[in-house]
Amino acid sequence: MALPQDEIFFKKRGYAPCTGCASCAGGQRQLGIDLSKWDFVVALAGNPNTGKSTVFNAITGLHQHTGNWPGKTVARAEGGFQYAGKRYKLIDLPGTYSLLSMSVDEEIARDFILFGRPECTVIVLDATCLERNLNLALQVLQITDKAVIALNLMDEARRKDIDIDPRRLAEELGVPVVPLVAKTRQGINQLIQDVADVISGKIKTNPHRIQRGGVFKEAVDKVATLLMESFPDLPSADWIAMRLIDGDPRLREAVGKGELDFLTQGDAGG
Amino acid sequence: MTSNEKIEKGKKIVAAAEELRQSMQGSFHEELIQTIYTDAGRIFRDAVRQKGDRYGDFDRMFDRLLTSPWTGLPLMAVLLAAVFWITITGANYPSQMLARFLFGIEETASAFFTSWGSPWWLTGFLWHGVFRGLAWVVSVMLPPMAIFFPLFTMLEDFGFLPRVAFNMDRIFQKCGAHGKQAITMGMGLGCNAAGIIATRIIDSPRERLIAVLTNNFMPCNGRFPTLIMLANIFVAAAFPPAFASFAAAGAVVGIVVIGVVFTFLVSAALSRTLLKGEPSSFIMELPPFRRPKILSVLYTSLIDRTVFVLYRAVLMAVPAGGLIWILSNIHLGGQSLTVWISTGLDPFGRALGLDGVIILAYIIAIPANEIVVPAILMAYTQSRMMIQIDNMGQLQALLVGEQNWTLVTAVCLMLFSLLHNPCSTAIWTIWKETRSAKWTAIGALMPLAIAVAVTFVVAQSARFLGLG
Repeated sequence: MALPQDEIFFKKRGYAPCTGCASCAGGQRQLGIDLSKWDFVVALAGNPNTGKSTVFNAITGLHQHTGNWPGKTVARAEGGFQYAGKRYKLIDLPGTYSLLSMSVDEEIARDFILFGRPECTVIVLDATCLERNLNLALQVLQITDKAVIALNLMDEARRKDIDIDPRRLAEELGVPVVPLVAKTRQGINQLIQDVADVISGKIKTNPHRIQRGGVFKEAVDKVATLLMESFPDLPSADWIAMRLIDGDPRLREAVGKGELDFLTQGDAGG
Repeated sequence: MTSNEKIEKGKKIVAAAEELRQSMQGSFHEELIQTIYTDAGRIFRDAVRQKGDRYGDFDRMFDRLLTSPWTGLPLMAVLLAAVFWITITGANYPSQMLARFLFGIEETASAFFTSWGSPWWLTGFLWHGVFRGLAWVVSVMLPPMAIFFPLFTMLEDFGFLPRVAFNMDRIFQKCGAHGKQAITMGMGLGCNAAGIIATRIIDSPRERLIAVLTNNFMPCNGRFPTLIMLANIFVAAAFPPAFASFAAAGAVVGIVVIGVVFTFLVSAALSRTLLKGEPSSFIMELPPFRRPKILSVLYTSLIDRTVFVLYRAVLMAVPAGGLIWILSNIHLGGQSLTVWISTGLDPFGRALGLDGVIILAYIIAIPANEIVVPAILMAYTQSRMMIQIDNMGQLQALLVGEQNWTLVTAVCLMLFSLLHNPCSTAIWTIWKETRSAKWTAIGALMPLAIAVAVTFVVAQSARFLGLG
């Protein structure tokens, strides 16, 4: 079932030039989102070539170029949609396998989820190679509470006799899981509804946090506690602690300069 | 909390984190990744049962053919050649129709203007300058693009580009460059600026710079019409009609192959001189073959690509057409400025197997390479007011018969078009991506130097062998 056309009002072709975020320090200001026009901001994350751009197009009615190869979207693309009287801005992030390395595309995705603080992050997963895709999903769930899993390419999975139990997956991950065939728009309406419900709080999420133990846990807890003491409003202190101990140069610089404020203030409308 | 306190506390936190990091001797990162992978594996086993094989038999067989060391690259060359062949044979007739139609308008409209008593310079500037530039661009470029882009986009959607990258990865490693450069190179076939932006997928700054600097050696969509037209007129003409279109398609593939070879050579040279270092390893997955979505292919290729490239070309062609008309109609000492300038550039042009008019056209076309051929044709034909060229035969008569072009001219022009400096958009993109004046300058001037050197060597050798 197609989304009614009147719910798609934002038809501007939005290919964000995104020159700033590559080289300068991240932060809301540089991300350049005019929040006055939007009630909520939603990010699309996922591995390369899982059909993020197809999902993006299906939701927004835009014609962002899709391609069957990894790494097509290297900058952010933006579009919008309207649902139940609220206006949403949708950001298509570059596809990445993880958020732990240093390439520019991963930084763009990570910075946006972490610093851009979208109200909800849609994690697009390829149902035909779920195990690897879950690695990224888990990483995103460390950063943010508000997420919905879009289990895309369900038709291909079915054809390959892969039997996925979305409810079980949702229980394990602690966030809604929506099976999807984005190219034929199957499941898109459900996805939009779940996103809206997660944002409104109607769906309570309880994201899976990775099981840590021993020295590892001690170290992260120690730094996270320090962080929370100094910056009480910080989102995902655990994640930032992990990245600090891991030696992420950008976060070290930001924390070292006491510039974590931009993480906590003026978050996206709320 | 004052900002000083914040800095103080922030520094303390960083120091604490650093201390913990040291104490774990780098095992933290592995531990982190290990934990994530273990959890992902467990969740996967809980929620998924995999009965069948991930790949179908057809996919597997096809992939084996496309990525085998023996059949992979030749098969890809054949696929690409097929695309060019369809483009070349398909574009000919619509091009003629368009040219006949548009030049008909020029003739009628300028006659109208004259009969209304408009001054000669206004008629000339508007119709024989601005409009003619536009007519050339549309008729020379639109049909090939409208055929080439949908075909290329279909290959792209099908899953062709990553397999090209897969096949080339080993060679790139040997050149000391990153295997993902093959993907950004493939993107360059579409548009160099897009290819340069796509280098963001490469982690290492050194390898990323190599990919940025060499992207220009992939002929972009703006240059393909030039190459296709030249192949059509010169290479095809040297063969009997039955083989002509195949020869032309082969020549364009040959040019692309030369571009790839230069990408390798220059990457290797850079990684041994200016950008020394070891290639880093990476994992790339081959996407499944997917049936292209016809409607979205048409939309992407016709609206996003064809109209976009054509629009840009028209924007550039309008002032260029006007400029060429002005240059051709301002006379000094009995000669037009076009003649003065092109005569001045002629010795340089001849040394490269080209001529002064071609060099002049290249200078005018710096903002957009697309309009080089239209600019050349405009400059050649401006000496006479009325000229109608509405088919390839007449075009050939003009270039070969009147301007003494030879196969060497065509080859040198194709090589020059392949190798010379990126268009202003691509240069601007290099600047935006590197933020370095030095690398932007190198990115612009190195290809130009290579183009001059290569065409010089080719032209002089041809002359030496008595071909030119």
